[in-house]
Amino acid sequence: MNLLAAVNWHSVLFMLFALLACVFALAVVFSQNVVRMAFYLVLSLASTAGLFMLAGAEFVGAMQIMIYVGGTLVLLVFGVMLTAQSTFVSMKTSAPEWLLAALVGGSLLYVLFLAAFGTSDWTTARKDQQTVSVAESKAAAPIGLGLLGIRVDSLSQPNETLKAGQSGYLLAFEIVSVHLLVVLIGAAYLARTKRRRQEWET
Amino acid sequence: MVEGINNFLGWEPDAWVGFVLTALIQVMILNVVLAGGALVFIWMERKISGRIQDRLGPTRVGGKFGWLQTLADGLKLLTKEDITPGEADPSLFKLAPYISLTASFATLLALPFANGWVGQEVNVALFFILAVLGLEVFGVILAGYASGSKWSLFGGMREAAQVVSYEVPVGLCAVIPVMICGTMNLVTIGNMQAGFFTNWLIFHDPFTFVVFWVYFTCAIASVNRAPFDLAEAESELVAGFHTEYSGLRWSLFFMAEYGSMFVVSGLASILFFGGWNGPIPVTHILSSVDANTLGWGDGSWAPFWTYLANAIGCINFILKAVLGVTVMIWVRWTLPRLRIDQVITTCWKYCVPLAAICFVGVMAWQAFQIPSGNDLPLPYQPIRAEVRETWAESTSSIGNAEQPTAEPADQVASVIIGEGV
Amino acid sequence: MNLFVEPVGVSHFLLVGAVLFVAGVVCMATKRNALGVLMGIELVLNGANLNFIAFGSPYFRETSLGLDGQFIALFVIVLAAAEAAVALAIALNFYNNHATIDVDRADELKG
Repeated sequence: MNLLAAVNWHSVLFMLFALLACVFALAVVFSQNVVRMAFYLVLSLASTAGLFMLAGAEFVGAMQIMIYVGGTLVLLVFGVMLTAQSTFVSMKTSAPEWLLAALVGGSLLYVLFLAAFGTSDWTTARKDQQTVSVAESKAAAPIGLGLLGIRVDSLSQPNETLKAGQSGYLLAFEIVSVHLLVVLIGAAYLARTKRRRQEWET
Repeated sequence: MVEGINNFLGWEPDAWVGFVLTALIQVMILNVVLAGGALVFIWMERKISGRIQDRLGPTRVGGKFGWLQTLADGLKLLTKEDITPGEADPSLFKLAPYISLTASFATLLALPFANGWVGQEVNVALFFILAVLGLEVFGVILAGYASGSKWSLFGGMREAAQVVSYEVPVGLCAVIPVMICGTMNLVTIGNMQAGFFTNWLIFHDPFTFVVFWVYFTCAIASVNRAPFDLAEAESELVAGFHTEYSGLRWSLFFMAEYGSMFVVSGLASILFFGGWNGPIPVTHILSSVDANTLGWGDGSWAPFWTYLANAIGCINFILKAVLGVTVMIWVRWTLPRLRIDQVITTCWKYCVPLAAICFVGVMAWQAFQIPSGNDLPLPYQPIRAEVRETWAESTSSIGNAEQPTAEPADQVASVIIGEGV
Repeated sequence: MNLFVEPVGVSHFLLVGAVLFVAGVVCMATKRNALGVLMGIELVLNGANLNFIAFGSPYFRETSLGLDGQFIALFVIVLAAAEAAVALAIALNFYNNHATIDVDRADELKG
């Protein structure tokens, strides 16, 4: 019972979600069926959303589920169904390609692993670690205000040089909005059927 | 609750047993809501459709009103053979109903049933519920794909197009109460509509009144009910995405459907109809009654009153949600099914523009501070003014070299972060 | 270290991010289906996002990025959605012209 009392549930949940995210990410790589890949990707991204929430970013986590999992991936599956020639599409990869990819991937993973555990400030948790709780995490309103150009979260920034740079994200927000509108129109234009013009000509 | 259970069992106040038991109890209660809800709703559907079509509906199983009919149906479905077609992708085919059901069930975790009676109070509860509800479509799409049948595939494709389209107006409509209340926490939104029914957000201004109907229409479409049930249009697609399903897996889809009907109706009742607050603030008075005013002594009755108020509020909330489900059933058996192009047209040409106009209208209502039906002092009204001032100051000081003064902004920050928006 | 007892740090999040990133890169390199490549991109972006969130979290380091990490992650998610929409439109267009979405077949400029 003492053993159970000492368990750090945050870490346990982290491991659970981390394991799910990694395993399903690898399943995406090794699966040959496109719809299966999309399904594994959904699970991997949803677990990542869980990791976001564990890190105290509950708004980003919900956003991840809403936009990535509920929007982008539904779109992807839709695309898979529209472009499937046979019932279950699969395209084989040759062995040399796998070898090269494994080599590149392995070395990349090694470098990233060294980088991740190379800094002592990153490996150790902060001394006065706060309790991590979804119920107490309240990032949504400061994020909303920050997107409007008011950084209520960093008013206590003592460093004047840093403070000048933290003036909110209004411009970026506007640019992204216009970008989305352009993408909406552009995607509709690109994907439109061209039959009508031929009908008109004939 | 955690401490209570631990005290009862004789553990330390923050022992793990309490947490596990609390989680289990809450999950069990929510399970009962989902499963019991489905039982009641299917019976209601049969009875109401019977009445609408001038017949009696089930009358035999379980007495005069046939209220055990669903249980009999369930037993029949359990005993049916679980068939997987030879053309199907077996693992995805078997998994698909569970995905739908899981998504539908997971939304209940963040849905408050009364003030503080919620599985997990999340700061972004509304956003979370809408997001997870959107995952239900995944089960349907996978079912359509994995069945290896053309009817199923068409059903799944239609569902994908429909749900992705209808997420836009549903989101736009749900943002409007958020804009008025200044928070996505459903408990806070519900509490801001306490008092008489004029405080309900649907009576806030004409735009919110319109937007509720848009929300309800789009909610019906997003949970894939008639007249928007194109994914399972019997007249065209046999049974759509569940053509190849039988037995328990088939019924799981319907449990998910009735579960999400309950959730979107409950969401509508919290966002627009005051949630657990009745039309007359009985619960509010009860919860604010001090035992001393009744002359009953030491005030030890106060928790009881709060509990009673919450219990009545919970009944209130469930009644409102069931009313929403009833209207959905009524609509289903009254209106003919739309064509798929009409469904998409309804979304993009009518619902989205209407919701957008209402959005701008409510924004203007707030910006010009036109008096509204809600006489509660919304706690974020003064903050809004300050935010506006701070914003004006910070934008005017961009040309100058000096930094915006931090004093009003500091107050804003302390209020927003401290009060926990 | 025993992760069942001790709290996690930024490094653990970075490790998960690295695995996602590498899985995405390998996925992009090995898949010949255009949509498979797209899924690889999504994985890469998620790996990066996880790093931003970890560095922005106040729970792990005393000098965290603060909300900036979450802002960047938000923008990445939104732009990834936009990118997926455009990529899907291109894939559909390609499929209309070539009746395949094999990226190895996209080697001619004439449509």
